[in-house]
Amino acid sequence: MNRLLWRKIVNGVMLTLTGICTVVTVSALFVILGCLVYQGGKSLSWNFFTQLPVPVGELGGGMANAIVGTAQIVGMAALFGIPIGFLAGVYLAEYDDKKFGFVVRYVADLLNGVPSIVVGILAWTLVVLPMHHNSALAGSIALAVMLIPIVTRQTEQFLREVPLSLREGALALGASKWKMIATVVVPAGSKGVLTGMILGVARIAGESAPLIFTALGNQYWGGINEPTSSLPVMIYKYATSPFDDWHQQAWAAGLVLIGMVLTANILARLVLARGVSVPRG
Amino acid sequence: MASQAVVAEQQPAVKIATHTGDIIARVVTFTFAATILAITLLLVYQLYKSSAAARAALGFGFLTSSEWNPVTDQFGAAPFIYGTVVTSLVALLISVPMGLGAAIFLSELAPARISNALTFVIELLAAIPSVIYGLLAIFTLVPLMRLYVEPFLKHTLGFLPLFKGPAYGVGYLTAGLVLSIMTIPFVISVSRESLLAVPREQREAALALGATRWESTWQIVVPYAKLGILGSVFLGLARALGETMAVTMVIGNVPRINYSLLAPGYSIAAVIANEFSEAGGTIHPAALVELGLVLFCLTILINSFARLMIIATTSKGSKRA
Repeated sequence: MNRLLWRKIVNGVMLTLTGICTVVTVSALFVILGCLVYQGGKSLSWNFFTQLPVPVGELGGGMANAIVGTAQIVGMAALFGIPIGFLAGVYLAEYDDKKFGFVVRYVADLLNGVPSIVVGILAWTLVVLPMHHNSALAGSIALAVMLIPIVTRQTEQFLREVPLSLREGALALGASKWKMIATVVVPAGSKGVLTGMILGVARIAGESAPLIFTALGNQYWGGINEPTSSLPVMIYKYATSPFDDWHQQAWAAGLVLIGMVLTANILARLVLARGVSVPRG
Repeated sequence: MASQAVVAEQQPAVKIATHTGDIIARVVTFTFAATILAITLLLVYQLYKSSAAARAALGFGFLTSSEWNPVTDQFGAAPFIYGTVVTSLVALLISVPMGLGAAIFLSELAPARISNALTFVIELLAAIPSVIYGLLAIFTLVPLMRLYVEPFLKHTLGFLPLFKGPAYGVGYLTAGLVLSIMTIPFVISVSRESLLAVPREQREAALALGATRWESTWQIVVPYAKLGILGSVFLGLARALGETMAVTMVIGNVPRINYSLLAPGYSIAAVIANEFSEAGGTIHPAALVELGLVLFCLTILINSFARLMIIATTSKGSKRA
């Protein structure tokens, strides 16, 4: 009897503990959001979106150049990364010949796990070193390398979920295989594929490590071939500076960045991918 | 992942007459798939080539020396490797029990709707950029650690060499703590996946034999999914090892080996982030690239283990209905 009671107590205690673990983890998100909204909201103003950064001591100023810079760098990265990733994903899902497909899949997962700072070194050796200067281009190549494996795996996953009957229908009507893929399989899987792309872009948009020594930063407007500032790098610089004004700006930038990233995530997961399970990898 | 395997088996073995368009489409997509291999090989080649100067000048002493002074051209990787490993271990020590607990709750106890909603929130946690974690850590966690947590640890556990020295707020412990929050979502989502892949009959059999809910979970379900859970731990570890920004902002950036967890240190990723853009001469940048190569090898090794383990478990069971 005593032993049964003990077992019941252990049962109750351990199950409660697992619940506590969950509550603590989930509340972390709300604590983080709360802090950002409270601190960032204090210093976020219209100027933040329209003005260039000002020197320490001057009031006002914003990060318009970093917002545009982020858009430039991430946009170019998407331009390079999405087509490569998408077509590689089509290959894995539709033409997979087991052996080569397995290798590509495995290597893509490994590439996805390579630390972002190491990818930054790759872009530095490929672009910054031969051109002798930092540029938005170098940063976007680093981000593209990170984006490719994400898009590939997501595209593959969602194309595989397209039902066999749809494919057979297209083939029975006399379509060749590539026509079947282009007109039936890809449209049918497009929602999931698009979701994967948005999630991938949202992830690279928040990266700062590979940009620090590739895109560097700029107090003024950047350009494709010039050093360009980005929101994540500005947050890092401003947060680690000794000035209170800059700390406040960093909070505001943090709020803007997390607003963009979470909006993209929530929209992609809830609106676009209703009923589609989003895999992580 | 289990569903993916099932779908894969359904792929048709239909033979279709080959058209020119088919050949072109196949070649084009194949080229892009091969691009992924090419990029990875290029990454390895560039890391190896660009670190040649450092390897020639420093040899294997690079890995064991703990002297880092770019002015006198002394480069030793030991403090960075030590810092990277210690912060990652601290992170795992916290995130594995927490993550496994939450994964058990989400897969075994919570009703499907609640479980899905909470998993969604946890996935959002994984989507938060690392620099945001760093920002929050600098301004909220560091003061908390300096004023309350570290004095408390010194007071109660100060007799251990792990908790000696002044409380700076920044250091291995704080960095490990931030890393643990960042790795928990990975541990949870992969562990939950593996736990869900355990066949329902296993649970029913245990419960029918009179086991409590916890006994069935801990003695039957968790061992069944142990490879996948181990995989999630390794995945989290690889993530923690390569994490840059958040660590750079709170580890203290002092290239010394300190045995106290309260002391400031340095990590591989942090030193690359801090010094790479200003590295002059030939050996300093090459030494930093070599550090990158060390980090790359570490994470590749751990990641390949993790992937193999996850493949092994999730293809074995069937999902809970």
